[in-house]
Amino acid sequence: MSGFTALLRRDLSLVWRRPGDVGVVLAFFVVATVLFPLGIGPETNVLARIAAGVLWCAALFAALLSLERLFAADYEDGTLDLLLLAPWPLELAALAKCLAHWIVTGLPLSLLAPVLGVAFGLDGPSLLALMATLLVGTPTLSLIGGLAAALTLGARKSGALLALLALPLCVPTLIFGAGAIETLAAGDGIVTHVAILAALALVALATTPWAIAAALRQAGE
Amino acid sequence: MADLHFLANPARFRRFSQRVLPGLGFATALMLAVGIYMAFFVAPEDYQQGKTVRIMFVHVPSAWLSMGGYAMLSALGASLLVWRHPLAALMARAAAPVGASFAAVCLLTGSLWGRPMWGTYWVWDARLTSMLLLFFLYLGHIALSRAYDEPERGDRAAAILALIGVINLPIIKFSVDWWNTLHQPASITRLDAPAIHNSILVPLLWMAVSLLFLFVYLVLLRTETEIDRRRLENAEAAA
Amino acid sequence: MSNHAAYILASYLVAAAILGGLVIASLATRRKVRRELAARGLEKRR
Repeated sequence: MSGFTALLRRDLSLVWRRPGDVGVVLAFFVVATVLFPLGIGPETNVLARIAAGVLWCAALFAALLSLERLFAADYEDGTLDLLLLAPWPLELAALAKCLAHWIVTGLPLSLLAPVLGVAFGLDGPSLLALMATLLVGTPTLSLIGGLAAALTLGARKSGALLALLALPLCVPTLIFGAGAIETLAAGDGIVTHVAILAALALVALATTPWAIAAALRQAGE
Repeated sequence: MADLHFLANPARFRRFSQRVLPGLGFATALMLAVGIYMAFFVAPEDYQQGKTVRIMFVHVPSAWLSMGGYAMLSALGASLLVWRHPLAALMARAAAPVGASFAAVCLLTGSLWGRPMWGTYWVWDARLTSMLLLFFLYLGHIALSRAYDEPERGDRAAAILALIGVINLPIIKFSVDWWNTLHQPASITRLDAPAIHNSILVPLLWMAVSLLFLFVYLVLLRTETEIDRRRLENAEAAA
Repeated sequence: MSNHAAYILASYLVAAAILGGLVIASLATRRKVRRELAARGLEKRR
C-alpha cells in the first residue's frame, strides 16, 4: 500500500509542478462546451435540453485528451520498467495512476461543469445532479481510458486509436450520466441513475486494473 | 472441440486448411445459391413486412455471426493470453475483419429494411445502436492489432481488448436498451413478430448455416494467409 | 408494395459486395503471400 500512495503522491506532485497541463484540459472543456451554443443558437429551452449531453460528452473528450500521456512518460524514461520489477502488484500501480488522473481531471471537470451548466440555463437541482453524476461517473472514464492508454503504449497513431478503443466502452457511463438530468427534468429522482453509475464504476474497478497491468507487462517485454 | 486440438500447431493447421478449403468453398457457394433461391422464391411474403421480409434472411444471420464472431475473438484472446496459443493470435487477426464485415452487412441491410418499413434509413433503435457499437469494438480490435511494428504486441493488446470488450458488451446492450426506452417514440413497428412461421424460419436457418459456412471458410482462408505471412516476416527478419 | 423490391435488391447487392469483396480480397492476399514465399524458396511453386 505504501507503494500505492508513493506513486499517487509522485504523480500528483508532477502535475503540481506543471499546473498548465491540467489548465489546458479544463480550458479545452470550457471552449468545447461553449462552441455548442454558438453552433446551435442561443434559445434557452433548447440549450437546457441538450446541456447534460453536451457537458458529459465534452467531459469525456477532455478526459481522453489527457490520457495519452498517462503511461507514455513512464514508458519512455524507464519508470515503467522499475514498476514492473517492483515487489508490489502492478495492478495497484495501475490503479494509482488512474486515481491520479481522476484527481487532476475528473474531479476538476466535475466541479467546473455546474458553472458551465448555469450558462446553459440548467436549474439548481439539475446542476447538483450534473455534478453528482460526473463525480460518480468520471472514475469509470479514467479507468477505461487508462486501459486504452496502456493498450496503445508505443503504438503508431496512439492518440486517435486510444479514442477509438475507449469511446465505445464509455457509452454506458455516458448514457446513465446524461440520462440522469433528463430523468430529473421529467420529475423522477436520479437515485437509480447514480446507483447504476456507481455499479459501472465498480465493474470497471474490478476488471480494468488487471487488464491495465497485463497490457503494461506486455508493453514492458 | 477437443478433437480439434491437433490444429493448434500452425504447420498442421495449414495442411488441414489447404485440404479442406476447396471443398468448403464449393459447398458454401452451393448452399448460398440454394439459400438465396429459397429466400426469393420459396419463402412467402410476411403479412406485416411484405416482401421486405426477404432482407431478414441476410440481416438476421449477419447479426448472429457478428455477435458470435466477437465471442470467438474473446475466446481466442483468452487462449492467447492464458496458454500462449500461437495459432490463436493468427486466427483472431484473421477473424476480426470477417466479423466486422458481417456487422457492416447487418447494419446496411438493417437500414435498407428500415427505409420502407420505418420510413427512414436510420432509427436509433436499441438493436441497431448496439450493433453499431459492436462494429466500433471490431474496428478498435482491428486497428489495435495492426498498430504495432512488432505484430506479437498487437496480438496481445488486441486479445486484452477483446476480453474487456466481451465483459462490456452485455453492459453496453443493457444501457442502450435503457436509453432507447427513455427516448424512443413508442409508435415504431417492432421487428419481432409474435412467432415466426416455419415457411420463414426454414429459409432463415438455411441462410444462417450457409453464412456460417462462409464465415468459417473466410476465417480458415485468412488464418492460413496469416500463417504464411508470419513465416515470410520471420524469414525477412532472419535475412 | 412493389417499390420495395429496390430495397431488397439493394440489400442483397450490398451484402454480396461486402462479403464477396472480402472473399476476393482474402484470396488475392493469399496468392500474393504465397508468391512471395515461393520467391524466397520457402514454398514449392504450384
